[in-house]
Amino acid sequence: MKDIVREFLLETNENLGQLDLDLVTLEREPGDREILARVFRTLHTIKGTAGFLGLAKLQALSHAGENLLGRLRAGELLFDAEIATALLAVVDAIRKILAAIETTEQEGDGDYSSVVQSLERLTRSSGTVSKLQPASTPTVDFIPRVSREAVPESVPVVIGPTRAWVPEPTLPPLPSAPVPVESREPTEVRAPAVADTSIRVDVGLLDKLMNLVGELVLARNQIVQFGNSQEDRTFLGTLQRLNTLTTELQAGVMKTRMQPVGNVWGKFPRLVRDLAAACGKQVRIDMDGQETELDKTIIEAVRDPLTHMVRNAVDHGIESPAERAARGKPTEGRLLLHAFHEGGKVVIEISDDGAGIDPIRVRDKAVRTGLVAPEQAARMSDRDLVNLVFLPGFSTADRVTQFSGRGVGMDVVRTNIEKIGGAVDIESQPGRGTTVRMKIPLTLAIIPALTVTAGGDRYAIPQVSLVELVRLEGEQVRKGIEQVHGAPVYRLRGNLLPLVYLDRELGVATDRGDDREIVNIIVLQADDRQFGLIVDDIHDTEEIVVKPLQKQLKGVTAFAAATIMGDGKVALILDVLGIAQRAGVVADSRERALSENPTAAAALAGDCQTVLLCAGRDGGRMAIPLAQVARLEEFPRSAVERVGGQDVVQYRGEILPLIHLSRAMRRAGSAGKANGGPRRVSPAPASDSIQVVVHANRDRQVGLVVGHILDIAEETIAARSQPSRPGVLFTAVVQNRVTEFLDIEHLVRSAAVAPTATIGD
Amino acid sequence: MADERQYCTFFVNGYYFGIDVLKVQEVIRYQEMTRVPLAPPVVRGLINLRGQIVTAIDLRRRLDMPDGPDGRLPVNVVVSTDDGAVSLLVDEIGDVLQVPEKAFEQPPETLRGPARELIRGAYKLENRLLLILNTERAVALSNNGPGPRDAP
Repeated sequence: MKDIVREFLLETNENLGQLDLDLVTLEREPGDREILARVFRTLHTIKGTAGFLGLAKLQALSHAGENLLGRLRAGELLFDAEIATALLAVVDAIRKILAAIETTEQEGDGDYSSVVQSLERLTRSSGTVSKLQPASTPTVDFIPRVSREAVPESVPVVIGPTRAWVPEPTLPPLPSAPVPVESREPTEVRAPAVADTSIRVDVGLLDKLMNLVGELVLARNQIVQFGNSQEDRTFLGTLQRLNTLTTELQAGVMKTRMQPVGNVWGKFPRLVRDLAAACGKQVRIDMDGQETELDKTIIEAVRDPLTHMVRNAVDHGIESPAERAARGKPTEGRLLLHAFHEGGKVVIEISDDGAGIDPIRVRDKAVRTGLVAPEQAARMSDRDLVNLVFLPGFSTADRVTQFSGRGVGMDVVRTNIEKIGGAVDIESQPGRGTTVRMKIPLTLAIIPALTVTAGGDRYAIPQVSLVELVRLEGEQVRKGIEQVHGAPVYRLRGNLLPLVYLDRELGVATDRGDDREIVNIIVLQADDRQFGLIVDDIHDTEEIVVKPLQKQLKGVTAFAAATIMGDGKVALILDVLGIAQRAGVVADSRERALSENPTAAAALAGDCQTVLLCAGRDGGRMAIPLAQVARLEEFPRSAVERVGGQDVVQYRGEILPLIHLSRAMRRAGSAGKANGGPRRVSPAPASDSIQVVVHANRDRQVGLVVGHILDIAEETIAARSQPSRPGVLFTAVVQNRVTEFLDIEHLVRSAAVAPTATIGD
Repeated sequence: MADERQYCTFFVNGYYFGIDVLKVQEVIRYQEMTRVPLAPPVVRGLINLRGQIVTAIDLRRRLDMPDGPDGRLPVNVVVSTDDGAVSLLVDEIGDVLQVPEKAFEQPPETLRGPARELIRGAYKLENRLLLILNTERAVALSNNGPGPRDAP
């Protein structure tokens, strides 16, 4: 392709985006002559170049558009929705032709005569009413002309706000106006500023520069490491200088890759306009913070999720004008895009003042489709309920439209945002509107990370997932970590923090057993869960250059990417979410909402689960999903009091009802007939204390009295059988022993049925 | 010459293999590798090739052959693919060979297992066979890895 053609394509494509924006703005503010002039200029330029390059169709199109614009500019026509539609159609047609040229170097065989005809019709149409005007001809009068009046002399080049035709009397209503409307040309002085101070750079070159800077950062890290063992002052001074320069260069090059988020937003006014028209709605879009910059790769990554959510807002969020009027809102819905920096990340908010999301409807839908168990749903806050829309296969739209509502989408949005280390959250007030909030990192290319060792290898953990570091020594190791076999927990400020041994998880554990003198726990945030990752050693935090893994390793979800360390060796970057899923801390397809319904039980059985193992009074082994365990407590037997036939203990300033597991299970079996049976509160033989598993149910807590706690196991439950008795979800083999998986909800409920009990209403 | 082709040759488990010389980016001696836990065993690790991270694939394992004797370091044959450079670990490197096109023959029907997928054919040289490796398939693990056996 000839350079001139390529340049034309590049430039025109850029201008088309602006055209879209301008036309939508004009539709709203038909009197803005500055924008009108710009649109005219752009089309004129396209026409000129198209003629020069011998692109006949393109020339005809832009010519027809220019004619119409000429009349608009002369004030003979008023910019209205119909004209906007016609001109936008021109933009689309031009886009198609450009795309064809780009691939085939030909204009393509598209037929745009209808577009041209509608333009001609519009040009002629209402023109009759004002034909008498001595208006400027539709042909171009492109001689830069400094406007004769009103330009302050001190302003050499007339641009922007200093332009002088200020109080253009709002354009007169057409038919009755033989007013000699301003045939004055807008001062056609091209703003020289932008063109002269910026140059076009190939993205490939920028990527290459970024790679080189990455290399430089690595080399710098290497030299700095070497410098630690040096004494020479000159050398150290130079090293310091190299260090600073590299950091500055890195920042500079990273900056070249930054793009304002407005680049993505630019197409939204058009999108919203078309979509609103198609849905019969009125939507006004406002944008704030377009200049907020993000790395190019991130911009690319958020493009689709953003588009999806803007579509959703127009299609489902904002109501039809009639509905809005009935609710006492202005008929025109409002959509606000807002971007800003917050805590080293960029936040993008998409707010609408539409119908909002009704948490009750979300809940019903989620329960109906089996995504969440009813009990679970009942306990969730409105905000949590609303966020259920991110579950795969969820859609509240009652009808599927052409644009959205197929139940795919929000989960993809979330996945895509999480892929780049971001987070997304929905807040909604029924009847008032919805705000979707995305938090995304500025850049992906070079990130701060913590390097650790496990199983003899180094790994990098992105700083963004890091919550805190806990170091246990000596006695603390034995006391702090409650573990017997596989999966241990640590009590972090009263909460059970599941622990994951990195070396075991990766299958690279050495045979040194558990008698570690020092344990390093890295508390990490995965999704909305925290867990502790135990590593052999923690090194530095350093800036690492993220290098993608090749496709051979795409299936290994434990790693996000790789990097090259200071010594030139490759280290893998952990995918914190992947590790968490692997370890069962975060349920894979977010099925942590599961409970006792059969599908949930099936899901539970298939996946790797962390369960608390305890022994019943008869020595049988029982398992409780760790997710349902709030705390483990031990009470002296003397602390148990009996109120109204119900055993309780005083616990953290509250009265904690106790359910004796073995008894409750019997009761569950005989539907309340056994009625509690004889009072035998001696589950743990030869012990003056009782072991209690605290389970949070709605806003209450219930203590489950078990024989004794055995272990916490983390296993893929393969073999399982039908429930052995009521109150049991199923029976499965855990740690080579047959174990009953308890149906806690059911047990709590059936305990509440008993006449003596007052818990759980 | 139009009816002659050049192959970069090497040895794996006693077999004589060739790759189109244009596909080979470079041949380097054994490099220290970073192992990738949980990866398929065929992936031996990652190497730093002048700042580029390259996946090293063990050709013996890829071809379902036994691991080589301990202590003998394999050689990296770095081939360029659509997804960047990938290293194939081979026992020993041979010459660049020019072979006449007419000596080429399709692989025998009896060739089974992963080799069936990976071997494009053989050149009947005077005293041995030169097996031509399909590099695209050799480096693609997910699609052609275990073969169609997994299909229902």
